[in-house]
Amino acid sequence: MRALAAIYVRLVGARVRSQLEYRLSTALQLVGVGILTATDFVAIAVIFANVPELGEWSLGEVAFLYALATISFALTDIAIGHLDLFPQMIREGTFDQILVRPLPSLLQVVAADFALRRLGKALQGLAVLAFALTIVDVDWTVGRALAIPLAIAAGAVIYGAVWIALATVAFWIVDAIELVNAFTYGGSFLSQYPLGIFARWLRGLVVFVVPLAFVAYFPALYVLDKDDELGLPRALSFASPFVATLAALAAGAVWRNAVRHYRSAGG
Amino acid sequence: MRLDWELARRGYRRYAAYPGATWAGLFTNVVFGFLIAYILLAVYEHADVIGGYDVRDAIAYVWLSQGLMSVVGIFGAGWYELARRVQTGDVATDLQRPLHVQRAELAYDVGRAGYQVLWRALPQFALGALLFEITIPGEPGRWLLFAASVALAVIVAFGIRFLVNLCSFWLLDYRGPVVLAIALNLVLSGAIMPLVFFPGALDTVLRLTPFAAVLQAPIDVYVGTPLGGSTAAVLALQASWALALYAAGRLLLAAGTRKLVIQGG
Amino acid sequence: MIELWNVEKRFVVRAKIGRLRRERREVRAVDGLSYRLERGEMTGYLGPNGAGKSTTVKMLTGILVPSAGVIRVAGLDPSRQRIELARRIGVVFGQRSQLWWDLPLGDSFDLLRHIYRVPAERHRANLKRLTEVLGLAAFVNTPVRQLSLGQRMRGELTAALLHDPEVIFLDEPTIGLDIVAKAAVREFLAEVNRERGVTVLLTTHDLADIERLCSRLLIIDHGRLIWDGGLDELKRRYGQERTLVVDLEEAAPPLEVSGARVTKVDGPRQWLSFRRDETSAAELTATVAANARLVDLAIEETQIEEIVRRIYATGAARPAS
Repeated sequence: MRALAAIYVRLVGARVRSQLEYRLSTALQLVGVGILTATDFVAIAVIFANVPELGEWSLGEVAFLYALATISFALTDIAIGHLDLFPQMIREGTFDQILVRPLPSLLQVVAADFALRRLGKALQGLAVLAFALTIVDVDWTVGRALAIPLAIAAGAVIYGAVWIALATVAFWIVDAIELVNAFTYGGSFLSQYPLGIFARWLRGLVVFVVPLAFVAYFPALYVLDKDDELGLPRALSFASPFVATLAALAAGAVWRNAVRHYRSAGG
Repeated sequence: MRLDWELARRGYRRYAAYPGATWAGLFTNVVFGFLIAYILLAVYEHADVIGGYDVRDAIAYVWLSQGLMSVVGIFGAGWYELARRVQTGDVATDLQRPLHVQRAELAYDVGRAGYQVLWRALPQFALGALLFEITIPGEPGRWLLFAASVALAVIVAFGIRFLVNLCSFWLLDYRGPVVLAIALNLVLSGAIMPLVFFPGALDTVLRLTPFAAVLQAPIDVYVGTPLGGSTAAVLALQASWALALYAAGRLLLAAGTRKLVIQGG
Repeated sequence: MIELWNVEKRFVVRAKIGRLRRERREVRAVDGLSYRLERGEMTGYLGPNGAGKSTTVKMLTGILVPSAGVIRVAGLDPSRQRIELARRIGVVFGQRSQLWWDLPLGDSFDLLRHIYRVPAERHRANLKRLTEVLGLAAFVNTPVRQLSLGQRMRGELTAALLHDPEVIFLDEPTIGLDIVAKAAVREFLAEVNRERGVTVLLTTHDLADIERLCSRLLIIDHGRLIWDGGLDELKRRYGQERTLVVDLEEAAPPLEVSGARVTKVDGPRQWLSFRRDETSAAELTATVAANARLVDLAIEETQIEEIVRRIYATGAARPAS
């Protein structure tokens, strides 16, 4: 396991080094991304310019939720955002090259890039987080303080697992990636808002099937000391790390199965 | 005129050739349609009217904006294609042909928009109308004006994209400005949130820009809350922007062509 | 070292007929292939496009899993022991690259050292040797995307050999190279095979590659092995026919010459087909010159494609090798 991590760092390091060579360009892109993703938050700001609450969430609370979701997603985007180009890898035969190397295929695909410029999105999320924490009244405990970084890390893993699992669709239908995008970007958009405002079937989907609710919603309930409108147990707020682990294992299994299909159906 | 029709047909067919992509795009719009609709429903629990829109107007807005997004090219190849051709030098061949590049591009774009009206906007709207309670205009007059507004929106959107593409004559790395333009357009056209939601004076100012003419304007006409209360005024504003952008495009293209010729491309 | 036993690979292809219906068809890309390559052999792998060559190589390298049959490479099963096998083999795809495009060539070598877990000393020694032999020093610091095809190919070969593989698979390694570069690559491969005892499977369309490098030749067509033997033997058996192309002074009816028959006439040009073991080109030329007014002539050998077609058309058996 450690050897794989070391190899990941080395492979990614090469990509990072080549991005850092163009320091100015990368920095500009980073700032650009930050500004662009700020437009996301404009929507929320505009909503609260007109109404005092969304569901039963105040501006500060929604901002907090948005921030957790955004930072998690940004971290995942930095690490595996290049999965958008995965179908190209298959079409051009680059994946075959991956199979000829003595490393797990998923590791190689994940290590193929590391987009520093997307850090801008994380920074924007941090800014919103800071803003949220200034206007919201949190009953701080050590637990609550730790819950934030933990939730962000677990959230990133959950997003990553979902994204990887969805991307494997390219092994079956190469061009289906567009469809997958609807889910990954839609899912990330959804987790920025309080779960209670969505219809029941949607809520059930993101709690029990594709566990996006554990990225930001449940951790936020804990930190903000709110109750879930649907009456789901508080304990779920602590479940994020477990859910993340399960999701990662599931994604690994889905990937392995997909590669098995690729290797028998004719690459 | 015949040539325009041919080009439009080609534009239509290029997108008709990839039904898979159309379905996938429609699916994405539907997903976001649901999400944004739920968000707005929650918003309207605390207010009856926002910016002149009631809840049924707002939901109509969601499904219309998601449906029209592809028609007016909020995203898509139209932001890059010409720029790429300029940089690879392919545009030189275009410039030698006996047709005007800008007019040809517009005709092609209109064909594309036509395809997307039929296969993205209409299904999207139908779905929205079936699944949610939305405003539906009773008077056929309003529908006609809406159609006219959409047509003008397409031309304005083309104008913006065309101008942005032309920067590739002068900038080697055009991607940065293009991405910025897309983001600007996204916000200022009302694709993310209705511009009418913006408070007070901001609402009015925002609705005067060419970006607003791309999406917000036609939806305003549909809903029946045009800026200043006059549909005619909104259509006139759209038409003005369409003409202004087309003229600017023509001038800039000439400048770019001159540069190309001088530098040898 | 490489063993195939009754290997099959079947694909299901869905083709559209008409507007709506789709038909399922089974394609047998590889249909009962068996052969065995010993350690240290350098074997050529030939066949028309679509014959099943790349499908075989993909199965040997672990990319594809066979539908039936048994494969062993270096004693390992590629479909089940992909990663372990990957450590022991080197692969060079002529059209695709295994190098990191944006990085200097040397960086690729360094990354590969870690990927293949080559001890630093051994890597250093190998790299030194390969740099010398292939003349890499001049461009080892250049980004791969700026290299010429010849330089890149030398880089690919180095990358494939740095970890001392037991077997290397080469797919069209000389394609697109100029004559000098081709010769250099061939020399290099011959040396690697000779000095290091590396088993080589060389897929190629270039007959000159085969002539220079391979003692043994496998020809595959429609997923089946139609030849397993030496090149000389192949030429002797199927390459007997040669063609003398003569340009006469003026158009004439087909020449009647013993030992040859006219296969084609086009104005003053005639194609005479004869067998190498029956008539010599010199004899035939003399005979023709005696009976007609010759302006020019040329001799055509049987192309490998023609040999393959002929073998397949006659449904030739696999000759004992």
